[in-house]
Amino acid sequence: MRIANQLATIVAAFFLAAAVPAIAEPASAKLLKSTADHGKFKVLNQEFASGPEVTKACLSCHTEAAKQIHQTQHWKWEFVNPQTKQVLGKKHIVNNFCTSVASNEAACNSCHIGYGWRNDKFDFSVEENVDCLVCHDHTGKYKKPSGFAGMPVTRDTEFPPGSGKIVKGINLQEIAQKVGPTTRNTCGSCHFNGGGGDGVKHGDLDSSLEAPGRDLDVHMDAKGLNFSCATCHKTDVHQVPGSRYAPTARDKAPAHMRGEGDKSNPATCQACHGQAPHKAARLNGHTAKLACQTCHIPAFARGGQPTKMFWDWSTAGKLGPDGKPMVTKDDDGYDSYMTIKGDFVWKENVKPEYVWFNGTVKYTLRGDKIEKGDKPTAINSFEGSPTDGKSMIWPIKMFRGKQQYDPVNKTLVITHLAGNDDTAFWKNLNWEKAVATGMASANAPFSGKVDFIETYSIWPITHMVAPKEKALACSECHSKSGRLAGIQGIYLPARDGNKLVDTVGWSMVLLTLLGVFGHAVLRIVASRKH
Amino acid sequence: MAERIYVFKRFERFWHWSQAGLIMFLMLTAFDIHGTYTIFGFEKAVNYHTMAAWSLVGLWVFAIFWHFTTGEWKQYIPTTEKVVAMARYYLFGIFRNAPHPFRLTQLRKHNPLQRLAYLGVLLFIGPLIWISGWLYLFYADWPAWGLTGLQLEWVATGHTIGAFLMLAFLIAHVYLTTAGHTPLAHIKAMVTGWEEVDD
Repeated sequence: MRIANQLATIVAAFFLAAAVPAIAEPASAKLLKSTADHGKFKVLNQEFASGPEVTKACLSCHTEAAKQIHQTQHWKWEFVNPQTKQVLGKKHIVNNFCTSVASNEAACNSCHIGYGWRNDKFDFSVEENVDCLVCHDHTGKYKKPSGFAGMPVTRDTEFPPGSGKIVKGINLQEIAQKVGPTTRNTCGSCHFNGGGGDGVKHGDLDSSLEAPGRDLDVHMDAKGLNFSCATCHKTDVHQVPGSRYAPTARDKAPAHMRGEGDKSNPATCQACHGQAPHKAARLNGHTAKLACQTCHIPAFARGGQPTKMFWDWSTAGKLGPDGKPMVTKDDDGYDSYMTIKGDFVWKENVKPEYVWFNGTVKYTLRGDKIEKGDKPTAINSFEGSPTDGKSMIWPIKMFRGKQQYDPVNKTLVITHLAGNDDTAFWKNLNWEKAVATGMASANAPFSGKVDFIETYSIWPITHMVAPKEKALACSECHSKSGRLAGIQGIYLPARDGNKLVDTVGWSMVLLTLLGVFGHAVLRIVASRKH
Repeated sequence: MAERIYVFKRFERFWHWSQAGLIMFLMLTAFDIHGTYTIFGFEKAVNYHTMAAWSLVGLWVFAIFWHFTTGEWKQYIPTTEKVVAMARYYLFGIFRNAPHPFRLTQLRKHNPLQRLAYLGVLLFIGPLIWISGWLYLFYADWPAWGLTGLQLEWVATGHTIGAFLMLAFLIAHVYLTTAGHTPLAHIKAMVTGWEEVDD
């Protein structure tokens, strides 16, 4: 009886459920993800003549945002390495691309998240100088042209003055009304263009990551997981974690858990994947010595955009047959020589080099003594060894070049490259004048002489993570002349073996064979006699 | 007139030939992994080598059980009796068509040199390969097992030494199967179980 009752209830419930329409239907498919439509804010519904005016409007609601930004590396372009105590950051270092920001602020600082950093007089304490739009633009129309010290141009402007070239003005009102979270495009507007152009600097960051396919980056795959930069570089109070100046070379912590207040770098692979991400124990064993990136980023510059691998400043200055600065292109249409910059080599699908790396990066700074010799000078060096217990094998981009230095004082130099004046190298092609102005801008000693020195800089490879089926095959390293051929301190099966054991072993095998063969011959001969 | 003796029982023959196949396959993949040549390539060679090794472990579990339950393990107890005679036979007698100094029976189916050689394989080459191989296989677990001082290089070198010894044994072993009263007599015995012995 009871069973019959239950059955009746179930049948009734079934028919009722079919009769009542589902109630979980979304009210509107076009609901904004954000709880605020910036297009509805009065303060943004106005014409803006300049960037700082927009910031003022932003700060009227986001009252603490600028104070947060003022604390960041993005704002200060300064980073004190907690281990080495070296004072780093774009403001201070000399690299082997365009060498230094100092004395070139109006050009370089189009990538500063601020307005008006034109020279060393810039006031870092002004809240309106923070550029909100460069990171929060969702229109793709926001531009900070080179030469304007990070200012957007709101009215069509001739630049450089007298050149006849017009920089188009942009409509800040529209941009301000459509702001949102950072995207690959906003971060990429600077980080994809490091070194002065698309893909130039990093090798694992270029415009192909704006909408990458799965093969190029399994996480940022626009049709798949579609991560933004901030998905990994999970940002709190505008402090973006994961700086290259002090990378996390080895993360032995478990995956981060919500609410746990983990202060360690959230951008490492392990922060999500933990310590044993593979099904096969043998692969998990590899994580003792290998950074994930080593196997999972088989090559950089994979998205169709090449990266610069070599830059020789010493050949700069040669004029074309018409007596004017010239540009020569390589087979793929990329600049291979520019009068104002020298010779370049671009490469695509580059196999990284590999080094032991413990997270400590030492820079050769402007005041450090350098010596011209057989070995190139390290702009930065990755410290590490197989035995320090902190190092992992990392993939790197090795960027080599030849750059100007002071052969008397034996230091790297600041060069005034960009500017509409009579010492800027890109206008006058005179090294001595350009370096003199550059060094004076930092009150640094300069002998008056310029020579060129071979240098290299190292860039960790950590983006462009391939899907697992495209990760390195075992034999890429497990072979006599594989990718890790130069890595010391590990026993790598197929690459390594004890020479003595091999020699003695094969000799023994050969002798056994000979013995057996001789014995057999003797037996055959003997049996014929009998 | 030759007498026929049933020396190798069915399980024993099964064990012998599967072990022979596995060991040869392990050799083939081993030197692929070692980087001596490329047949399967490193990844496949490692996987096949591992699978074959586990299969051999399984086979050995049965073989050990069989040896102890049947008492056949006694066949490997070394003896000094006729060792010299056997050596002399292989070195001289065999060329003069001298009579084989050892006459096998069901209870003594290995000649004294065989006993020594197999015992050597069992007590030295076997453990060397198994212990180093297992350590190799469980490299990822060394820290958890507290084996912090152990170097992969030592383990790998030990495993390689074992492989060379096994290869040398294999060559000599295969050759000596032809040293029966006819070249194929021993091999036939290992296939059919029946060995012909002279009266």
